[in-house]
Amino acid sequence: MRTLFEKVWDEHVVVPATDDTPSVLYIDLHIIHEVTTPQAFSMLRDRGLSVRRPDLTLATMDHSTPTTPVRTFKDLAVVGESAANQIRQMQQNCRDFGIDLLGFDSDRRGIVHVIGPELGATQPGKTIVCGDSHSSTHGAFGALAFGIGTTEVGHVLATQCLLQRRPKTLAVNVSGRLPAGVGAKDIILAVIGRIGVDGGTGHVIEYRGDAISALDMESRMTVCNMSIEGGARAGMIAPDDTTFEYLAGRPRVPRGETWDAALARWQELVTDEGATFDNEVSIDASSLEPMVTFGTNPGMVIGISEPVPDGGDDPSFRKALDYMQVMPGKPMTENDVDVVFIGSCTNGRLSDIEEAASILEGRQVADGVRMLVVPGSQQVKREAEARGLDRVITDAGAEWREAGCSMCIGMNGDIALPGQLSVSTSNRNFEGRQGIGARTVLASPATAAASAVRGKVADPRQLMNR
Amino acid sequence: MEAIKTFRSRTVVLPTRDIDTDQIIAARFLTTTTREGLGKSLFFDLRFDADGNERPEFPLNGPEARGADILVAGNNFGCGSSREHAPWALLDYGFRAVISTEIADIFRNNSLKNGLVPIVVPEDVHTWLVDNPGVEVEIDVEALSLTLPDGTTTTYPMDGFARHCLIEGLDQLGFLQQHDAAIEQFEKERPWTP
Ligand code: SF4
Repeated sequence: MRTLFEKVWDEHVVVPATDDTPSVLYIDLHIIHEVTTPQAFSMLRDRGLSVRRPDLTLATMDHSTPTTPVRTFKDLAVVGESAANQIRQMQQNCRDFGIDLLGFDSDRRGIVHVIGPELGATQPGKTIVCGDSHSSTHGAFGALAFGIGTTEVGHVLATQCLLQRRPKTLAVNVSGRLPAGVGAKDIILAVIGRIGVDGGTGHVIEYRGDAISALDMESRMTVCNMSIEGGARAGMIAPDDTTFEYLAGRPRVPRGETWDAALARWQELVTDEGATFDNEVSIDASSLEPMVTFGTNPGMVIGISEPVPDGGDDPSFRKALDYMQVMPGKPMTENDVDVVFIGSCTNGRLSDIEEAASILEGRQVADGVRMLVVPGSQQVKREAEARGLDRVITDAGAEWREAGCSMCIGMNGDIALPGQLSVSTSNRNFEGRQGIGARTVLASPATAAASAVRGKVADPRQLMNR
Repeated sequence: MEAIKTFRSRTVVLPTRDIDTDQIIAARFLTTTTREGLGKSLFFDLRFDADGNERPEFPLNGPEARGADILVAGNNFGCGSSREHAPWALLDYGFRAVISTEIADIFRNNSLKNGLVPIVVPEDVHTWLVDNPGVEVEIDVEALSLTLPDGTTTTYPMDGFARHCLIEGLDQLGFLQQHDAAIEQFEKERPWTP
């Protein structure tokens, strides 16, 4: 009897661990981007090594790339000489080492964790790594996916393997029916609020229960994406018909007989009845409301109707409230909003943009609020435009951008200014994450869009059901 | 990587919990393509105010912090992004070890690969270190022990292989490459191709 995680892990052990040495683990898909790879390629050059499996390496550019609308990418104004240099090096490295790059001329370019699934490169049972901690996103397909550092990026480029000790397992059971206006982002924020930002350290999470099975793939990706915010290496969901339907026909998914064989293999990827986890937590989805963060880490989170808690004289808690300029005892809805960001690998997919647009439709972004909507990939952008969502967004007074990480990490010039309050669908509300002194409130696309309309942090349920 | 066996140094204390890698090194410094020179960006927005002046209240700016190579930090240090720039910046600034009650997974992994020693100690030892900044302690990586000024010693956990690599100054890629034949065999024999 094995858990989903154990099945995927066992199948990828090339050399088993001993007391003295970790396992050698085979990696099926390595996704790379411009920010965490240059030093790894330099290491390969210094040692005269090549990339072992360029065919298992998927490369794109997303982090430091501009998202300002342009006619052609030739006119792109990259912010700063060092970012421009990083982008040029990525192009050069991919050329020199024989890796296909989904670069500026590709209509498939986008955020690493958005394009993997979109292309069907992300599949159940694969091991997937990327020099980015939100690699856990791909676990929504029943893959074992986790973030690695640049030295490890070099290891995978050179050997297609990593040295790993087996993590522990944590089951997060989410049961019950989600109330209207409450979605995947609210589930994962509630989970992190429950286990804390270090609750998952050393563990791989499996999200289970009827509330998880009921989610579509994009929502499952939102949930798995933020596993790292609970400290976990990875988050997984057992693949099912929802997963297989999503994958069927995607460019990198097998066809014909190979599809049938893959499907048979994928259907085995469930935790066996009676298999045990090292730890378990349960959450009742029917009791959730829209969630918002009030502090400077994702575990500092409350329901939209709840007051900001008083942390007593805990200095770390006080420091966070001071930074955020929020008052204990008051709900977050009393805070004025300056910026709203819809995007990122957490909530930058088509359904997220639809959710935001449904709130914006026929309404205006409040005076003094700047709202940015940044699709997670060029494909998401095209699909949204085909549905006319870009018009809804621009008619409401928001900006519609090219694909990229944008204000999730603030590396490309898209930032909030010191002291500004930003309601954001991204995943980190750390101090300075969205710009020096910027104050970030994490929320769902519906909550973010409602906040843009109201000009204050807002409960989206009041703008639904018209 | 240089071999690390034992060293002594004074500590500097950052007692805040959950210091994430964005605070250790902000994203705007990540457009670099080398590992060098990141020390000047370490904790930048905590060290300096908007005009670029040192914030006197920040522990790293205090006179007692000069020459202190060991950082004592609050629980769950290094959480957040996988950027290896975080240990690179700490090392470049001059730190050789980080002591906390918990150190986030990816940061710990990244630290070990670069020779920054991650040390997890029990609550009482940590509390004592936080309450007594600037003391000189000894770190022994071979024995996995930390010795406080009064001579009391506490041990800390570390994966045996990581310890071996630190004290021998080995990098882990060499070990992986020794398994080349096994990797090739694995690729040949697996029942499906990715
Ligand atoms: S959107 Fe944000 S979290 Fe996601 S890959 Fe980009 S920077 Fe990382």
